[in-house]
Amino acid sequence: MTDLTDLTVADIRDGFRAGNFSAREVAEAFNSNVAAAKALNAFIVETPEKALDAADAADKAKAAGEPLGALAGVPIGMKDLFCTLGVQTTAASHMLEGFVPTYESTVSGKLWAAGAGMLGKLNLDQFAMGSSNETSYFGNVISPWRRGGGDNAALAPGGSSGGSSAAIAARLCPAATGTDTGGSIRQPAAFTGISGIKPTYGRCSRWGIVAFASSLDQAGPMARTVRDNAILLEVMSGFDPKDSTSLDLPVPQWEANLSSDLRGKKVGVPKEYRPDGLNAEIAALWDRGIEWLKDAGAEVVEVSLPHTQYALPTYYIIAPAEASSNLARYDGVRYGQRDLPDGAGLQDMYAATRAAGFGPEVKRRIMIGTYVLSAGFYDAYYTQAQKVRALIARDFELAFEKCDLLLTPTAPSASFALGEKQADPLAMYLNDVFTVPASLAGLPAMAVPGGLDAAGLPIGLQIIGKALDEQTVLNASLAIEERASFTARPDKWW
Amino acid sequence: MTESTYRIQGATGEWEVVVGLEVHAQVTSNAKLFSGAATAFGAEPNTQVSLVDAAMPGMLPVPNRECIRQAVRTGMAIEAQINKWSRFDRKNYFYADLPQGYQISQLYHPLVGEGQIEIVLDEKNPESSTKTIGIERIHVEQDAGKLMHDQHPTRSYVDLNRSGVALMEIVSKPDMRSPAEAGTYLSKLRTILRYVGSCDGNMDQGSMRADVNVSVRKPGEPFGTRTETKNVNSVRFVMAVVEHEASRQVDVLEAGGTVVQETRLYDPDRNETRSMRSKEDAHDYRYFPDPDLLPLELDDAFLEECRQSLPELPDAKRRRYEQDLGLSAYNAATLTADADTARWFEALLAEGARIQKKSEGEVAKASANWLLSELYGALNRLGKSLEESPVSPEEGAELLALVADGTISGTIAKQVFEIMLETGDKPAKIVDEKGLKQTSDTGAIEAAVDKVLADNAEKVAQYKAGKEALFGFFVGQTMKAMQGKANPQVVNELVRKALG
Amino acid sequence: MSIDLQTVKKIASLSRISVTEAEAEAMVPELNNILGWVEQLGEVDVTGVEPMTAVIPNRQRLRDDVVTDGNVRDKVLANAPQAEHGFFAVPKVIE
Repeated sequence: MTDLTDLTVADIRDGFRAGNFSAREVAEAFNSNVAAAKALNAFIVETPEKALDAADAADKAKAAGEPLGALAGVPIGMKDLFCTLGVQTTAASHMLEGFVPTYESTVSGKLWAAGAGMLGKLNLDQFAMGSSNETSYFGNVISPWRRGGGDNAALAPGGSSGGSSAAIAARLCPAATGTDTGGSIRQPAAFTGISGIKPTYGRCSRWGIVAFASSLDQAGPMARTVRDNAILLEVMSGFDPKDSTSLDLPVPQWEANLSSDLRGKKVGVPKEYRPDGLNAEIAALWDRGIEWLKDAGAEVVEVSLPHTQYALPTYYIIAPAEASSNLARYDGVRYGQRDLPDGAGLQDMYAATRAAGFGPEVKRRIMIGTYVLSAGFYDAYYTQAQKVRALIARDFELAFEKCDLLLTPTAPSASFALGEKQADPLAMYLNDVFTVPASLAGLPAMAVPGGLDAAGLPIGLQIIGKALDEQTVLNASLAIEERASFTARPDKWW
Repeated sequence: MTESTYRIQGATGEWEVVVGLEVHAQVTSNAKLFSGAATAFGAEPNTQVSLVDAAMPGMLPVPNRECIRQAVRTGMAIEAQINKWSRFDRKNYFYADLPQGYQISQLYHPLVGEGQIEIVLDEKNPESSTKTIGIERIHVEQDAGKLMHDQHPTRSYVDLNRSGVALMEIVSKPDMRSPAEAGTYLSKLRTILRYVGSCDGNMDQGSMRADVNVSVRKPGEPFGTRTETKNVNSVRFVMAVVEHEASRQVDVLEAGGTVVQETRLYDPDRNETRSMRSKEDAHDYRYFPDPDLLPLELDDAFLEECRQSLPELPDAKRRRYEQDLGLSAYNAATLTADADTARWFEALLAEGARIQKKSEGEVAKASANWLLSELYGALNRLGKSLEESPVSPEEGAELLALVADGTISGTIAKQVFEIMLETGDKPAKIVDEKGLKQTSDTGAIEAAVDKVLADNAEKVAQYKAGKEALFGFFVGQTMKAMQGKANPQVVNELVRKALG
Repeated sequence: MSIDLQTVKKIASLSRISVTEAEAEAMVPELNNILGWVEQLGEVDVTGVEPMTAVIPNRQRLRDDVVTDGNVRDKVLANAPQAEHGFFAVPKVIE
């Protein structure tokens, strides 16, 4: 019998419906993989009983001939940025250690309503701030991948959705939720040889997701196949009147409309994404990607996104500015940690609580955000950044007059060793160079694995689409998936 | 515009006071500005709090249409520019009554722009000259929660029931020049808000409070440094703050000091203002557009509905009462000074015109006089407000109609009114049961006249000798004989006729 | 623009994050590095460009004025570090 944990979401869904196995068998198989993978530190909280409860409910519904939800029988992992009713939600911070929400986020609620079960809360960079999963209060997530040739260095699973990416790559869950502010779904997907999509800003409700940067945060799925991403995204998307920035649009049938036939589509290749010194293996994969899309029937054109080089600095003004304000609510008054030194007044309590509750990267970003919004600097930094952001969005609009989608690398390199970039925040920020522009413009973008580098580590490609055109993004990604035939998986060492 | 003559006499000469008011008015709405929690006053602590108001992780704001609508209507009522495009900004600071760590407000693009309010300089004399006070802006924002300091020796308690309730901040220009102008402006603003229905104006419940900006200068010189006295919650206190803060500043300046731009608190018990412990970063609020909200774009249909739903406003009403109804300036001003009085008066008027089959203009004077003297007198005596009046506008109109059609005299009407207040009975019923109906029966009156003249033959002789002032005496005696129920006009005629 | 130790302390205070002298000193070059890097935005010509307001064209919806929430004090106070008599409790504030 095949190992159930090697199955995709679609396989599990269909196999369960066909009676090939029970939902409980699936949940138990994943639960035992989770339990055996402590070395990866992918989960902050494991909830095997939740996975079993959902599985039993699915089995019971099936036996009774009741209608089954789109994800009946499918257990998944939940990034610990989504508030889950009755289950500790920490954003990987000490600040929220012990916080048990009395409410369920809209997106997680939709997944449970569709029959999915929760295997646990996945580790991440603290408050989703990081690209290597080294900022979690609950310890680093270790990538299941290792370099070839007996190099046992612990590698980064990417960030901030590093628990999600590691868990999927290691077959601890068939799929997971992620959130993406500047690349937090796509870069970890690329580092671990899986795929993940950040939909158009406003597709998925932000209600109940611990906020990092409101104008950029967007939830999305992560899984091993493009089809699985389509299945999850359909469940996660949809209008939510509780989120003012939610789009009041019907959810397309992305899975049913999957097609890798790209005839009639024009693929733009932005020249600014090929700077001097681009990693040769990444550049070579990008060229292969161009050939694959041509092979699928697409026409390839060169386009220009002239403000690309300003995307990262723009992001590192806007995201910290929003974060400095979004994280002001963590003050030790209503929930979470409180640090009250002897004789401390209210304001002292705030300063002590926040000093103890936030990690160094979170503090750094709050301070940068506070500075760029402070009196006398607001226009020079924040207003200027929002203007450049408008120019970046216009670059995309103009490019999309010439093409239907863009093909770029996802990250500038394969995964790196933990600790390697930690000393220099700027070097870490540069990891998001290819993912941040689409975030600033709110566009749908997907990471899909393309192959392995010389060290045997996954590297990936990114498809960026027009606003609301997730279908084309998924279809082009499918075309790459079919041609890349990426079947590599990490050898189990944990 | 008339220049105020209010001056503070200092040792170095006369000083002028300059006042601007920032009024926070709670918007009348069922639910909060960004959450579905209730706004009612006086609930148990933290029961009118949603997870949004408590700023739980991941909670998001969605604006309440009614709060926007009421602020727009208020703007229209002060002839202000309504901005079809506005947006919400975050004002960042840390305090225990501010769960989000920021207040959602509007700094850069307020909902309402410049407008104006006209005040009468001498409130007791409605015919005195008027002055226009400029309004800088009205923006919509969240109220904060409440801190209780007295329940525990070492702790303060936080109640978030008010957290997130919608406020309008109505910012005046520094156009006022005396305590009286500041007081009159605040009263007038409250009147307008109550007319519009956008705020109940109950200052004692905190529905309306003012930050008072005061500075002083020698007449003709540029503005001086101002102080801001926070959360002043009555018209009287606002006037007291202006008076005391101005003379305090004059004292400081004349002693060679400088006025510090600062936030002050008013202590009504001591009738003084004092400096609040200065918040070191009070002036760095790091305002920026709230990324959880989109720009607020109002369409023409929305604005049209706001305009159509506006009632007649106090100034227009006062003019109409004077010009169309022929009321005196004083009565018109008094009747329109608050929305409830005007509403009561207009109900009285409408019913009076209906049952007397006359125009409102024809019944206006008698209605106004009765309301302002008889009814107000009685309510004063009873210690009741107009809303608590035991007599309804319909009953009042019925009483006045009985006088107008000659059924009872004005004198009897007073008696009937007293009985109405006591028993709650309808005037017609009282007149019937007590037999108070006035008689125009000439036979009976003639008999009474004859008897009066016969009993007072000496006075008749004096009258005929030219002492015409005695005419009133004969009329009075006849009315007395008729127990007040004779029609005075008929009595007049018959007395004149009998005296030849 | 380069920031000094005093500025770092001021930002930390505005952010309500207590920092030791050593932490503040370490942050000076770190923050300067990042701020120096983002300042390259100053060279972009933004003449006539409006700052971005909505990422994806969308209209602010308005809610009906209906009470749909509240009366959940237990939920509101459930995670409080200190709650007494239905209130959140904080160290005494002197106003």
